[in-house]
Amino acid sequence: MIETAAIFAFVCFALGLVMNLWKVVTAEDVADRILALDTMFINAIALLVLYGLALGSDIFFEAAMIIAMLGFVSTVAYARFILRGNIIE
Amino acid sequence: MEFFFELIIAAFLVIGGIFGIVGSFGLIKLNDRMSRLHAPTKATTLGVGGVLLASMAHAAFFETYVSIHELMITLFLFLTAPITANFIAKVHIHRHDTPDSLPEPGEDKIWATHKKPENEVIGPQV
Repeated sequence: MIETAAIFAFVCFALGLVMNLWKVVTAEDVADRILALDTMFINAIALLVLYGLALGSDIFFEAAMIIAMLGFVSTVAYARFILRGNIIE
Repeated sequence: MEFFFELIIAAFLVIGGIFGIVGSFGLIKLNDRMSRLHAPTKATTLGVGGVLLASMAHAAFFETYVSIHELMITLFLFLTAPITANFIAKVHIHRHDTPDSLPEPGEDKIWATHKKPENEVIGPQV
């Protein structure tokens, strides 16, 4: 039962990643593109955690943590650059 | 009892997957700039939360240890999602609204995204 549910979740998050990629390509505005990239980061975290769950491995949580931090910092840096023309003032 | 544990983990996985795909679908489905902010920042974060809960339950029920990593990731995501949403909303206001098209900011003179710093130094600051 867990295997079926895990495959369902894998399919859901992979489809979500494809939709985010579609949005990154077709967005009409830079802010939409930032939002789609941020959502791609979150979906990637979910896929990594699911992969660690499927393999029974503990090492993917560090990778997921690093991706979470990188996603936050890069999103804020990009938005900050558009808002102020400068990242660290 | 094992069936009950498996049921809990499978339910968390399915709920997380549904929330994740709804969030990503809402990003391409909604047709207003500001309402597009809702889907990814709320639904997708909940989806990741469901998956992390499933992972924690799996570690606790079947591998007999309590895992803290998932709690850290959940806490970090739930703290940072509103901040990124606020920044992206400010980018929308900054690029698509003028001070005249926004409502009155009250006792402040102007909205913060349109405010220019007073003693601005142009160029690299050493």
